[in-house]
Amino acid sequence: MKTEPLVLGIETSCDETGVGVVRGHTLLADEVASSVEEHARFGGVVPEVASRAHFEAMVPTVQRALDTAGITLADVDAIAVTAGPGLAGALLVGVAAAKAYALAAGKPIYGVNHLAAHVAVDTLEHGPLPEPAIALLVSGGHSSLLQVDDLAGRVEPLGATIDDAAGEAFDKVARLLGLPFPGGPPIDRAARDGQIVIPFPRGLSAARDLVEHRFDFSFSGLKTAVARWVEARQRAGEPVPVNDVAASFQEAVCDVLTNKAVDACLDRGVRTLVIGGGVAANSRIRALAQERCDKHGITLRVPRPKLCTDNGAMVAALGAHLVAAGAAPGALGLPTDSAMPITVVTA
Amino acid sequence: MVVDSSTPAVTAALVRVEDPELPGAGDPQVTVLAERVTVDGRAHGELLAPQIQAVLAEGGAAPGDLAAVVAGTGPGPFTGLRAGMVTAAALGHALDIPVYGVCSLDGIGHGQPGRLLVATDARRKEVYWAVYSGGVRVDGPAVDKPAAVSVEVDAAAGDGADRYAEVFGLPLLPPRYPSARALAALAADRVRAKAPGETLTPRYLRRPDAVAPGERKPALP
Ligand SMILES: Nc1ncnc2c1ncn2[C@@H]1O[C@H](COP(=O)(O)OP(=O)(O)OP(=O)(O)O)[C@@H](O)[C@H]1O
Ligand SMILES: [Mg+2]
Repeated sequence: MKTEPLVLGIETSCDETGVGVVRGHTLLADEVASSVEEHARFGGVVPEVASRAHFEAMVPTVQRALDTAGITLADVDAIAVTAGPGLAGALLVGVAAAKAYALAAGKPIYGVNHLAAHVAVDTLEHGPLPEPAIALLVSGGHSSLLQVDDLAGRVEPLGATIDDAAGEAFDKVARLLGLPFPGGPPIDRAARDGQIVIPFPRGLSAARDLVEHRFDFSFSGLKTAVARWVEARQRAGEPVPVNDVAASFQEAVCDVLTNKAVDACLDRGVRTLVIGGGVAANSRIRALAQERCDKHGITLRVPRPKLCTDNGAMVAALGAHLVAAGAAPGALGLPTDSAMPITVVTA
Repeated sequence: MVVDSSTPAVTAALVRVEDPELPGAGDPQVTVLAERVTVDGRAHGELLAPQIQAVLAEGGAAPGDLAAVVAGTGPGPFTGLRAGMVTAAALGHALDIPVYGVCSLDGIGHGQPGRLLVATDARRKEVYWAVYSGGVRVDGPAVDKPAAVSVEVDAAAGDGADRYAEVFGLPLLPPRYPSARALAALAADRVRAKAPGETLTPRYLRRPDAVAPGERKPALP
């Protein structure tokens, strides 16, 4: 029997330098060096700061991943790297490094789509993905519903946010509540001690919006509603119940996301929902999605929180899937694409 | 392998560094066996690896034959500079061979007679510059507006010196971009001595553009 492909994955699309090693669906190493603390005081990722950090972290992180996996570069079958979407300068560091490793070790290189990798990472936790599956991709820069017919090449977008991404909404609301960046984890924590008492709006959920935007999202109105509610309290000289605001905001986001995801499964007659991206680490979206999927007999797959945020293992996982599927590798001249569409799984 | 991406001239060169102690060593002791230079300020990340592959093929060498990597460490525009430097670092790491850094401006000023200003284009109407006396750097590297560079020199070289020739008012000498041969020559002693490899530090010379966000605009009127 042919052994499963051993793949090294490199991720540098945003502020995490991630290097992972995967054999088939088995995770062997997942090393992440984050520059998130350097960005915190700016309230968002500063591209050049992220790129400089990727440069410094690249070689040490690759070495740590090889050590953890107990392999050398000569052992791998391929190198996979995020080619897009993401910050142009940050992507370039990972792609240039991956090419050098591929060239030096004489290995094929796969330039892969970061968003498809957020979906593929689930195979490390739950094995091969049944196809078709509906994927809800919710991260700092994206919020999309996809139909995955073939993870190695056929992904159909069903809908996406028309303004802010879900993670971005968490980050912005955290900022106005005085919580640190990135805002997802502190809101998740604060919400546990709060009550869902404020009726914040559910974007693009009214009957008239569903005609054209059934599978689209909008979070900018929600963000403004939270800001108005908080400011009204402050102007009246009343304390802001941070935990209740966090819980109510989080509920509004998770309610819409899970509702539309389940609706997509039912509409397409698809029995599997996979959730990926940083916001999939949220405890409420995980619980609510489970509840709603159970009700409709849909199998829910969400990877463990550490694999939801950016990492190299997800890139390696998609790379291993591509190798196993016999996909053609990329060229040493492969470009980065900061706006790589989800329909392109590998460059 | 010599790599430089500090200017629009994306450079890869396969170079032989001979040991003068060995019998039969030729002169010059640094020989460029194959070189690829593509002038394109926007595609460093796409051009470099294929160029490295091409010079290896032309020189009849495999990656495993390399003894060291020499990298131009800038100064240069951040994104392009990093592409070359991370390529060099990863190449050295993968092959378990040392990587040596050389100031990219030295690749223009090295070995030039007299007093020379080397200036490369730093965009934003500025130049990266350094001054050489008898081919040795005596001032810089620094980044400034051309008019703010006041130095006593006989001539100037580099694409920045050309671009702002009217401001500098100096006779222009070649080369326009760092020469792979010069970069190799500047690292030749380290290569011969099998000196320990270096952790490369890009010469950014500028801080990242990063502004802390201002006060949030109120959502209520
Ligand atoms: N527990 C959580 N609850 C809600 N949001 C979370 C949680 N943990 C992380 N996030 C959010 O996830 C986002 C980061 O996710 P990820 O690392 O996938 O995004 P990204 O890489 O920045 O964006 P993209 O993948 O779109 O390029 C941040 O916006 C963060 O606030
Ligand atoms: Mg991400």
